[in-house]
Amino acid sequence: MGEYVIEMLNITKDFPGIRANDDITLRLRRGEIHALLGENGAGKSTLMSVLFGLYQPEGGVIKKDGDVVHIKDPNDANALHIGMVHQHFKLVEIFTVLENIILGVEPNKMGFLQKKEAHRRVVELSERYGLKIDPDALIEDISVGMQQRVEILKMLYRDNEILIFDEPTAVLTPQEIDELMGIMRSFAAEGKSILFITHKLNEIMAVADRCTVLRKGKCVGTVDVKDTDKVKLSRMMVGRDVDFIVEKDDAKPGKTVLEIKNLTVPSKAHKNNAVKNVSFNVRAGEIVCLAGIEGNGQTEFVYALTGLEKPSAGRITLKGEPIVQIGHKRGLQSSASLDKTKPILMPIRHRSKLGMSHIPEDRQKYGLVLDYSLEENLVLQRYWEPEFQNKGFIRKDQVREYADRLIRQYDIRSGQGPVTPARSMSGGNQQKAIVAREIDKNPELLVAVQPTRGLDVGAIEYIHHQLIAARDNGKAVLLVSLELDEVINVSDRILVMYEGEIVGAFDPKDITVQELGLYMAGAKRQSNESEAYSA
Amino acid sequence: MKLKQLFPRSRFQGAGFQSFLASAVSIGFGLVFGMILLVCFNISYSGQGFISLISAGFSSSDKFAKVLYQAAPLIMTGLSVGFAFQTGLFNIGATGQYTVGSAFALIGAIELQLPWYVCLLLAMVGGAIWGVFPGLFKALFNVHEVITSIMFNWIGVFSVNFVIVNLSQMLAKDWGLAQMDRTAPLDAANPSAILPKLGLDKLLGSNYMNIGIFIAILFAILMYIILSKTTFGYELKACGFNRNASEYAGVNSKRSIVFSMVIAGALSGLGGGLYYLAGTGQYSLLKALASMGFNGIPVALLASSNPLGTIFSALFISYIQVGGDSMQPEFVREIIDIIISVIIYLSAFSLLMRSVIAKWISPQKAVAEVEQALPDETAAENSTESEATTL
Ligand SMILES: Nc1ncnc2c1ncn2[C@@H]1O[C@H](COP(=O)(O)OP(=O)(O)O)[C@@H](O)[C@H]1O
Ligand SMILES: [Mg+2]
Repeated sequence: MGEYVIEMLNITKDFPGIRANDDITLRLRRGEIHALLGENGAGKSTLMSVLFGLYQPEGGVIKKDGDVVHIKDPNDANALHIGMVHQHFKLVEIFTVLENIILGVEPNKMGFLQKKEAHRRVVELSERYGLKIDPDALIEDISVGMQQRVEILKMLYRDNEILIFDEPTAVLTPQEIDELMGIMRSFAAEGKSILFITHKLNEIMAVADRCTVLRKGKCVGTVDVKDTDKVKLSRMMVGRDVDFIVEKDDAKPGKTVLEIKNLTVPSKAHKNNAVKNVSFNVRAGEIVCLAGIEGNGQTEFVYALTGLEKPSAGRITLKGEPIVQIGHKRGLQSSASLDKTKPILMPIRHRSKLGMSHIPEDRQKYGLVLDYSLEENLVLQRYWEPEFQNKGFIRKDQVREYADRLIRQYDIRSGQGPVTPARSMSGGNQQKAIVAREIDKNPELLVAVQPTRGLDVGAIEYIHHQLIAARDNGKAVLLVSLELDEVINVSDRILVMYEGEIVGAFDPKDITVQELGLYMAGAKRQSNESEAYSA
Repeated sequence: MKLKQLFPRSRFQGAGFQSFLASAVSIGFGLVFGMILLVCFNISYSGQGFISLISAGFSSSDKFAKVLYQAAPLIMTGLSVGFAFQTGLFNIGATGQYTVGSAFALIGAIELQLPWYVCLLLAMVGGAIWGVFPGLFKALFNVHEVITSIMFNWIGVFSVNFVIVNLSQMLAKDWGLAQMDRTAPLDAANPSAILPKLGLDKLLGSNYMNIGIFIAILFAILMYIILSKTTFGYELKACGFNRNASEYAGVNSKRSIVFSMVIAGALSGLGGGLYYLAGTGQYSLLKALASMGFNGIPVALLASSNPLGTIFSALFISYIQVGGDSMQPEFVREIIDIIISVIIYLSAFSLLMRSVIAKWISPQKAVAEVEQALPDETAAENSTESEATTL
């Protein structure tokens, strides 16, 4: 057997209006972790889908162990022991973990399902590799991290030897990322070969042996990771130098734009409140960052702020106007008469008109109508404005013009420009479309939840610049992020959320990543918090 | 398989031609299969039967008028089902809405002695009322519209029968006619409620001809405009495609769902009005659901839910039905129904055909070709490595 398990030679793949892979050659050694790096839309997922049999290339051949193979569908891939964890998971929500793992290869006796045997094997695999799962939980009830472990177990259950991970870390918390890195190393040590797509250069430096870089569908080259560094890799990928540290002046905060008082939001997952009595302000011309480990109430907080969920108590004002006001034992009764505390719950559209923009955490669930075209998505928040409609009729030419401008200005790449179905766009470009739409609305308050999740370093740099530009324009920015580097680099003020409470407020200049981590993990908290963050 | 996948919405221009082609090919398959069945059932008349099946609709102006006459309500129920699909709902309640619309129109015409245009409005109101319930249940309690629609279909039929029997002058016997189980014919009870014929009846020499088909086409165009040109349609479709995202964008999704069902109901109801106000049919007190409502489903399927396509698919299905009628007496009614159902059923496979056609249009290059074009391996290896080192 030769050095390479998989050779993809001169692969070319066309989509309507775009050549997603142009004469790409990639060779995977036995037992190596091979990273695949490239900007959003560079063609990484497409190349891996070709290997997994989801797409048939227009040109090129694939060899397994030196022999030419034809992979017509994922079943062929499976027979060749090739497995893939997709960027967007492919799980049946209403099935259990176990049912998802055995789906398609169900052990049976004369047509009757033999779940016991399967259960035993799944538990054994999960213990052997430290992939913690609950075989009987429903997919819709478990965290994204666990869903990913289910995807990995699916590959192991099928005895796959070539494992493709498409941006597995984009959806994980830092702790989960560390675990995954460890698991990947143990796979490689066992002789499994791994193809690993990521935008995070740190991860490549940490686990990969070699790295192939794609740019705009073409192969830039393959390098040994030990001979390269982050700066060189990002130059290969973007074609220019990238700043890792964002340049910005000190904030010049103006008057208060957003005021939150005693906000409490119930949790859907458990009986406790997800957000407990949180109060803080955001002023014009500053970026306030809500930092925390996933699942500490940030999601519910943002939903209550933006109107997607109803809080149980508290008061929120935007530009002095109450958008939420719900009775609270201590907070509100002081404001005298009863009819004054009549509950207020402003609809989302009104909040938006008042100047709120929201880059949502889940871009496919909330941010986009995937079956709409790019241009239809770009006006999702503004189609009702006179600029885009006349007496209820959509002004298509105006929409097109506007979409063309955003696509140019924000460098949103897609096959067919404004008429591209949003569903067919690469994940990063979907994200860019949302960011473009929300920032271009010119809001007074921009609520950005993980705006750079899944983006390449070039796009991250661009979005950070946009956030800072909005701030310098006198806008208030509330950034919710799990990325410590982003938190420290971009924000003017950091609030740490832990178990639904704000446990600390910091100036990013005065705190280190390590210390911030301690607050996020709940190991430390500021004593007189209420003083500290009312700023 | 999810319903959404069964009913693709022809969203992108390039797909338009493909879905037309797909429908045409499926119709072809349906006809071939129909022919085979004819041979099986009655070989000696099969050739003749097939010819009358596919040509009867054009054989005389009277038959042609009948095609148009039946197509009008079919367009409406097809629009109803298609509109609901486009906004993310499966309106299996079209038949109930059609029945209630028919009843409202007939009560207006016979009991209240109103003119035809008011009766048509009443038909829409009746259908809309029967659409609003499934809409409200879905919007407020997240009860699937298929379940409520099915229940409301039966509630509709029996309520209508009950009301008609208990009104003073609805039935034919109230007007001195012998029939027991039908509503009074309109030419006896209220000629002003019959849809105007504008001389078309004389032109085609058929009593079936009236302005109904034009009203239906008008509504098809109207629905097309609403769905593809207005902010209202944009909101409804956004809500159908992704309710979460539409809420995020500030659309009141509950209102959208109710609106969709009300409009779908009104369209079906109008279909009932158009059918019975033609003056040629009398509503009979059956304990069954009207097939006109269910036939809206294949009409919408065949048209990929496109309102303009609905006009043509309804005409086709009506044409085949008229053709089927003319195959009697050599073929019994039931066999004709089976053949027509098979044709309609296969026609609805247009989705399957579309993916096949998409493959024909952009064929993959033969693998052998690719292999030959493979360059020398070592050269490829060297070039990638050297490119890397220059960076
Ligand atoms: N199914 C598809 N249909 C049309 N275009 C597609 C499809 N999948 C991907 N593309 C386009 O191909 C290009 C490469 O996409 P992709 O491989 O997903 O990029 P990434 O490197 O971010 O994973 C993008 O421009 C994308 O819009
Ligand atoms: Mg990708």
